[in-house]
Amino acid sequence: MKALILVGGYGTRLRPLTLTVPKPLVEFCNKPILLHQVEALVKAGVRHVILAVSYMSDLLEREMRAQEERLGIKISLSHEKEPLGTAGPLALARELLTDSEEPFFVLNSDVICDFPFEDMLKVHQQRGREGTIVVTKVEEPSKYGVVVYEGDTGRIHRFVEKPQVFVSNKINAGMYIFSPAMLRRIQLRPTSIEKEIFPVMAEEGQLYAMELQGFWMDIGQPKDFLTGMCMFLQSVRQQAPERLRTGPGFLGNVLVDPTAVIGDNCTIGPNVTIGAGVVLEDGVRVKRCTVLKGAHIRSHSWLESSIVGWSSSVGQWVRMENVTVLGEDVIVNDELYINGANVLPHKSITDSVPEPRIIM
Amino acid sequence: MLKAVILIGGPQKGTRFRPLSFEVPKPLFPVAGVPMLQHHIEACSKLPNMKEILLIGFYQPNEELNRFLSCAQQDYKISIRYLQEYAALGTGGGIYHFRDQILSGGPEAFFVMNADVCSEFPLPEMLDFQKEHGDSYSFIILGTTANRKQSLNYGCIVENEKSDEVLHYVEKPGTFVSDIINCGIYLFTPEIFQHIGEVFQKNQQDMLLYSYEGEEQSNGWHRAEVIRLEQDIFTALAGQGKLYVYKTDRFWSQIKSAGSAIYASRLYLNQYHKTHPERLATNTDGGPKTRGNVYIHPTANIDPTAVLGPNVSIGTGVTIGAGVRVRESIILHGATLQDHSCVLNSIVGWGSTIGKWARVEGTPSDPNPNDPYAKIDSETLFRDGKLTPSITILGCNVNIPSEVIILNSIVLPHKDLNRSFKNQIIL
Repeated sequence: MKALILVGGYGTRLRPLTLTVPKPLVEFCNKPILLHQVEALVKAGVRHVILAVSYMSDLLEREMRAQEERLGIKISLSHEKEPLGTAGPLALARELLTDSEEPFFVLNSDVICDFPFEDMLKVHQQRGREGTIVVTKVEEPSKYGVVVYEGDTGRIHRFVEKPQVFVSNKINAGMYIFSPAMLRRIQLRPTSIEKEIFPVMAEEGQLYAMELQGFWMDIGQPKDFLTGMCMFLQSVRQQAPERLRTGPGFLGNVLVDPTAVIGDNCTIGPNVTIGAGVVLEDGVRVKRCTVLKGAHIRSHSWLESSIVGWSSSVGQWVRMENVTVLGEDVIVNDELYINGANVLPHKSITDSVPEPRIIM
Repeated sequence: MLKAVILIGGPQKGTRFRPLSFEVPKPLFPVAGVPMLQHHIEACSKLPNMKEILLIGFYQPNEELNRFLSCAQQDYKISIRYLQEYAALGTGGGIYHFRDQILSGGPEAFFVMNADVCSEFPLPEMLDFQKEHGDSYSFIILGTTANRKQSLNYGCIVENEKSDEVLHYVEKPGTFVSDIINCGIYLFTPEIFQHIGEVFQKNQQDMLLYSYEGEEQSNGWHRAEVIRLEQDIFTALAGQGKLYVYKTDRFWSQIKSAGSAIYASRLYLNQYHKTHPERLATNTDGGPKTRGNVYIHPTANIDPTAVLGPNVSIGTGVTIGAGVRVRESIILHGATLQDHSCVLNSIVGWGSTIGKWARVEGTPSDPNPNDPYAKIDSETLFRDGKLTPSITILGCNVNIPSEVIILNSIVLPHKDLNRSFKNQIIL
């Protein structure tokens, strides 16, 4: 089986992290975002993953070669010369996707959940139509495009963009399974699958919905990245609690890479991910944060709701909060207060940032 | 023989020093570990002919003041008395009212100084300067140079550059007059009382006049006894060949706002290298790590992993936990700073508690370091309807919970906060 992952462009929404690392390789809960998806696909029987990318990165190519070997699968990069939207990349990869009659998966690359690929395949085959899309329940449907479908059969009637009156609380979760026949609908030009393809398929009775169980999050922006991390760690707590760190100094769900070094009298958690080779000196307090590979947090600092970029260094008695994101190799001097800053890579911060802003 | 008068004001004054002046008379607020006034008293006591120091103000006699006076008398082996005005009589009215007390024993000269200044007190230099000027009965104002803009907040002195005679004096002018400002420290001879007396007489006559004209006279400032040295005396004496200015380039600052107390502490702590090296903490095994000038009261209990300084004063019985950081701050007696907390540019009130990993931070109001003549701005609390960022002040018995930040805020006494606050006055 095959899967197409819509990786897209520069990942601007996740800047400053994506200024130095392609978005698919940014670690989410200590694993590159893309690998969360790829590994779940492999588990469901996928043997060929096609990444639809609109800009090429040596780093990404090299990493994918390594993953091909590790997972024993084929990973192709399908490069768009111009951005083709969410449907165009399917046309570009048409030959790869139609060399058998098997259905194939299509995913948005920013989605984190308990991936239901095996269920999708089963449901799709039972229904025997051209497409099945996963939907997930949201609290505020008025902010999204919602999907209206028959509860018992799953047949989709229509899509309503940002509904002002309640019509449904289910939204497109960005995960699809299609039969190859569906590809005849798509031409090689910039096309939105959600706006131009799905409504037609729904009208013709070829598009069905499957409701997702459990958590779901689009982690394309730092704020949602952190929310998604909390959800993911909670699901680890339920499914594999032994992966979480417990004991004195650890509160709630905390994921720590075994190579990280944590000093005395620290309090870590709830909802913290500590990457490989990270050093937390004595007396550090961290909650609701991701600390990426190789970062160093010096003693007595306090961090909440922040992402510390790779190899960054945070000084002593620093207070960092309110979705502060440090890019790669940022240095924060001692005793500063950093409130909601977005700090570009390789910057050295010498003054407090009392109000949210971007540090170029 | 010499005497000195220190004008300490009263409880209605020093409002810019709230909420700290609720708990202790402002002149007793500790600067560099000792009461503000003690620096004046010590400077006076070093003069060989100094026989008596008189404090004049309108505070009700109180235990703190009494205790301070008796300690200071013992420490400096000099007579110190408090003379209470029946009302706020102004800087000239107070000394005029108590002129008999000041003149008893026949001092040939006496200093008058405001309590709310911090200074290196070049008193011997002022005495020498007075002698060097042909007329040994002249009056001397201590002056210093300010920048043009800030001079408008002070009394401004125009001098004859050759003779240093004061040619013109104006208090807080609206436009630039001179960059030489009045430091609030004077050397007078007994003859000054003639000049104050003349103003007193004139005031009495004016009041009779006004009352015939049916003008209101009940307002305190229309009392004949209320006389301001600056506006009423110096302005008149200027150009009469009686008033001179001795200019100093040594450190000097007003202590109007709480923020200026931190700045004044820095100046005095720096002076301790010469005057009181024993008051400066040193790095010792098992003691806290200090950076720059730090005063720690011997009764304070400080974890060896805490890092203090520069410019930190720790009062009696303060407890400081592991991994605490304090910089540019005054911690008043009985306060507790719990582990990993961080206190920057703040005054922590008596008996207050700061929780673990809490951050209490203010914005320093230091003079521009690149301008040698810059003074601390006696800032207003609000500008354009907004609280100006200033040092953070916690009144007494304030509780700050763990992990919050209190930034650029003033917390009135006896508050238990339950969250972070920024740029607020918390009643």
